[in-house]
Amino acid sequence: MNNTLFKEIKISIKDLLARKGRSFLTILGIIIGVAGVIIIISLGSGAQSLVLGQITKLGSNLVGVLPGKSSENGPPTAVFGVQIKTLKLSDVEAIKNKGKVPNAIAVAAFVSGNATIIAGKESVDTSFTATDGSYVRVQNTEMTKGTFFSDEEANSGANVIVLGYDVATTLFPNGGEIGSVVKIKVPNNNPMSSNEVSNSIPLRVIGVQKKMGTVAFQNQDDQVFIPFSVGQRQVLGIDYIQFIRIKIDDPANVKTAIADITRVLREQHRIHNIENDDFSVRDLADAIKLLTGITDNLRIFLGLMAAISLIVGGIGIMNIMLVNVTERTREIGLRKAIGATRKNIRNQFLLESIVLTFTGGILGIIFGIFVSYIIAIGARLAGYDWAFIISPIAVILAATVSIVVGIVFGLYPALKAAKLDPIVALHYE
Amino acid sequence: MLIELKNIVKNYVNGDVVTRVLRDVDLSVDEGEFVAIMGPSGSGKSTLMHTIGFLDRPTSGTYLFDGENTQSFTDDELARIRNKRIGFVFQSFNLLPRTSVLDNVMLPLLYSGDKSGYESRAKKALESVGLGERIHFMSNQISGGQKQRVAIARALVCDPKVIFADEPTGNLDSKSGATVMHILEELNKEGRTIILVTHDKQVALHANRIVTIRDGKIVEDRLVPNSERVHSKEIKEEEE
Repeated sequence: MNNTLFKEIKISIKDLLARKGRSFLTILGIIIGVAGVIIIISLGSGAQSLVLGQITKLGSNLVGVLPGKSSENGPPTAVFGVQIKTLKLSDVEAIKNKGKVPNAIAVAAFVSGNATIIAGKESVDTSFTATDGSYVRVQNTEMTKGTFFSDEEANSGANVIVLGYDVATTLFPNGGEIGSVVKIKVPNNNPMSSNEVSNSIPLRVIGVQKKMGTVAFQNQDDQVFIPFSVGQRQVLGIDYIQFIRIKIDDPANVKTAIADITRVLREQHRIHNIENDDFSVRDLADAIKLLTGITDNLRIFLGLMAAISLIVGGIGIMNIMLVNVTERTREIGLRKAIGATRKNIRNQFLLESIVLTFTGGILGIIFGIFVSYIIAIGARLAGYDWAFIISPIAVILAATVSIVVGIVFGLYPALKAAKLDPIVALHYE
Repeated sequence: MLIELKNIVKNYVNGDVVTRVLRDVDLSVDEGEFVAIMGPSGSGKSTLMHTIGFLDRPTSGTYLFDGENTQSFTDDELARIRNKRIGFVFQSFNLLPRTSVLDNVMLPLLYSGDKSGYESRAKKALESVGLGERIHFMSNQISGGQKQRVAIARALVCDPKVIFADEPTGNLDSKSGATVMHILEELNKEGRTIILVTHDKQVALHANRIVTIRDGKIVEDRLVPNSERVHSKEIKEEEE
């Protein structure tokens, strides 16, 4: 039995090789479809690893507090730009209380926005982060010149500023930043600012951050830091906090700390029912879980889109196989006359389409891997920490699907060939 | 009796129109005979050959092949008879294009269920028609006469009892035609039954019996006296 099958496969390959050009055109659709699936899944995995890598760079022992309640797996509402005013400076003080959150080693409050920084004739549009002295401990910031401001400076509203590396080089191409006075100006249409905001505030440069590059898709060098109270009261004119970031002593204690922080904030906000939470405490594991979920779904969706092209390719196979059957009617008649059964003829044509689609699948896999590799090299040259990932499951799946496409779309032409009457077929012109 | 037809009727129905192609044909052929079926076109001679050759089933009547009633045979059983016990030679050769001479001759063996010996059997068949040298030529690289000899080799490769030849010299020049007829005569001398369909009297006279059919009926069935018989000699083709 196996021997017969082997011979039939041999016949099919011989027949297909006799029509190399057409066979190749026939399977082009399958090649592109399979390559598409492989490339999309590979790029999805690469992008996912890039995102996760960027997030992990922030540090796995950080916990964030955002205003507004959010469900376990959904993004906090603040992400969508909704302003919620429930977090106050008193909350920060409560978290800093060692007795209540023993694992917190640094707590930084944040407000942020966009602003123009002016130094003499030079100006830069950038984002500002208003925080306190704990920032350096939370984010592991290093300075190339000067120092970061202290908690006291931050809380007393000292008029000082720390520049990101790119901002400093743009404003002071010849150096001499430290001690210079720059002005921070908030656009009037800034939705975060209120009317009482003074239009332009002079600040003395006390530090320049070291060049850091891109972390979590943000250029860390294109920003400035100002004391929390300056940013909150003078620049934005608000009384709430947009974000609190807490550094935990050990990644293993993150879950305990989250529970402590949640309890402290509920006490602060006098919340007795969990349903009424007006804040969200998140760690990076949550963010990673969230992002992985999103990218996984995206990858499956795009993979399915590519798989649709396999169906289109399959219809192309069916079309060509029907043409094949018609063109080879006399051959079918002859094969029947010399002893081929219906089953022989059916198997011959079915195997031809399977050999076609399987070959297309293999070529598509090779082509897809090749293109994914080129893209990975390109992304690395562009400076991204891009991983070249080929999922073996995707490869096996693509090969299997290409065989299935051959069976599904080859069956009708094969049955049509098998049903031909030998006399009619022999005299077909 | 190798072949025994009794009251064979074949009708083709096309809508309401019934065309009666064979009307009550009785025909018996013994093993080792060389029978020519003659008749003008439309007489039913091809249909008769298709029926005897199991390419078509009669509308009614009985057909005993080698003593077996073939009426109840399934399509697969008929395919097996065509493969093992019958060989066909067609007017238009029907070789597979872009395929070597050897592979063309091996084709029936693929459907034979036999496991081995394909190549040696195909080579032997090609040698018996004088083409032992050309086995690796493509089927479209050889002359018409050689094509028909390849077709005869293909018909012989499963060692059948009967060879059906449908106008085997129809597409050939006289020299190649003579060679083909010579080969058929030799096969008959070896003891194989030959059934030849032709409209050419000279070709028919190679047989030892001529059956004439007209309007679906056998109108004459006579033995050819030795004095009338034509014998062809193999004529060597000029080498290309």
